[in-house]
Amino acid sequence: MDLKGFDQPGGRAAGDTRSVKVMIAGGFGTGKTTMVRSVSDIKPLTTEETLTQASADVDRLIGVGDKTQTTVSLDFGKIGINESLVLYLFGTPGQERFWFLWNGLFKGALGAIVLVDTRRLESSFRAIEEMERQEVPFVVALNVFPDSSNYPVEEIRDALDIPEHTPVIAFDARDRASSRDVLVALIHHLKERSAVALEPR
Amino acid sequence: MSAPRKPSDPSGLERYYVLTGGRSGPGGSASSLDVATLVLARAAPLPGMQHEHEEILRRCRDPLSVAELGAHLGLPFNILAVLLSDLLDAGRVEARNPIPAHDAAGRGPDLALLEEVLSGLERL
Ligand SMILES: Nc1nc2c(ncn2[C@@H]2O[C@H](COP(=O)(O)OP(=O)(O)OP(=O)(O)O)[C@@H](O)[C@H]2O)c(=O)[nH]1
Ligand SMILES: [Mg+2]
Repeated sequence: MDLKGFDQPGGRAAGDTRSVKVMIAGGFGTGKTTMVRSVSDIKPLTTEETLTQASADVDRLIGVGDKTQTTVSLDFGKIGINESLVLYLFGTPGQERFWFLWNGLFKGALGAIVLVDTRRLESSFRAIEEMERQEVPFVVALNVFPDSSNYPVEEIRDALDIPEHTPVIAFDARDRASSRDVLVALIHHLKERSAVALEPR
Repeated sequence: MSAPRKPSDPSGLERYYVLTGGRSGPGGSASSLDVATLVLARAAPLPGMQHEHEEILRRCRDPLSVAELGAHLGLPFNILAVLLSDLLDAGRVEARNPIPAHDAAGRGPDLALLEEVLSGLERL
């Protein structure tokens, strides 16, 4: 929507502010909430969403006896990139089986970070599959827990069947700098993809 | 998975029904709203306005995301979207969607934007 030429009563040209969104996905208990909390400038908040089957009947009141609708909570945080750009982080609901209900879940996102607990690789299979199916660019972040074995990253890449070009990084979701580095890796990955797309064939 | 609510209205639906006049959203002008859409008030609240409309205008003097607004007002996205569509239609708020990963031509985000995000992150 065009906001040009609109000045706030205070004289602030707030219409220049833009936002970008990044999704934090991954299986149950992989550290999504922890990561959002570590990097957010604000106290993380929760927003409630009603997942509705694509193009569902909008005349019906939300959730009433409709099996195609379900309510989920999303943790989110934000990072002020500069005076006119804000990055929002959204932790996806753990129940990936509901994602298909949410048409716009990844639509406006620059990309996603898929968290993996290396002690339970299988809990993030579904999230990775969904990213690929919905063609969302992503990086895989291995959340290292104290009792995690030190598998070589390449072994995990094989086990999870992650494509060559998708970065896989080990990190600690409780640590701000470490979580920030994962975001940086995602943006680098997006830059590379853009550069490849721009190359003449 | 849904948040606990007042026992008198276990599902919260009655309250939502009243707030929205029974409309469900998002539709019309609110159909493209995203959780990361920024909302900005362009007019002051009017006397006699619905309380939630007034709250939205008050909180969006500076741009605020739909998700934050929902969290502050304790309203789920769909209900908030209905209230926002009223304000959008009346020209009382502006909405700006997040910059998407792809433009209409399928091109990825522009490099200048990604550089901007990177330099912001590196300052964290
Ligand atoms: N040691 C260690 N513990 C972690 C790390 N990240 C998260 N935890 C702990 O693991 C548990 C699960 O983390 P959450 O952030 O709640 O995981 P989640 O992905 O949001 O979980 P759900 O929303 O339930 O799917 C919490 O008790 C965290 O304190 C980490 O990097 N290292
Ligand atoms: Mg969580």
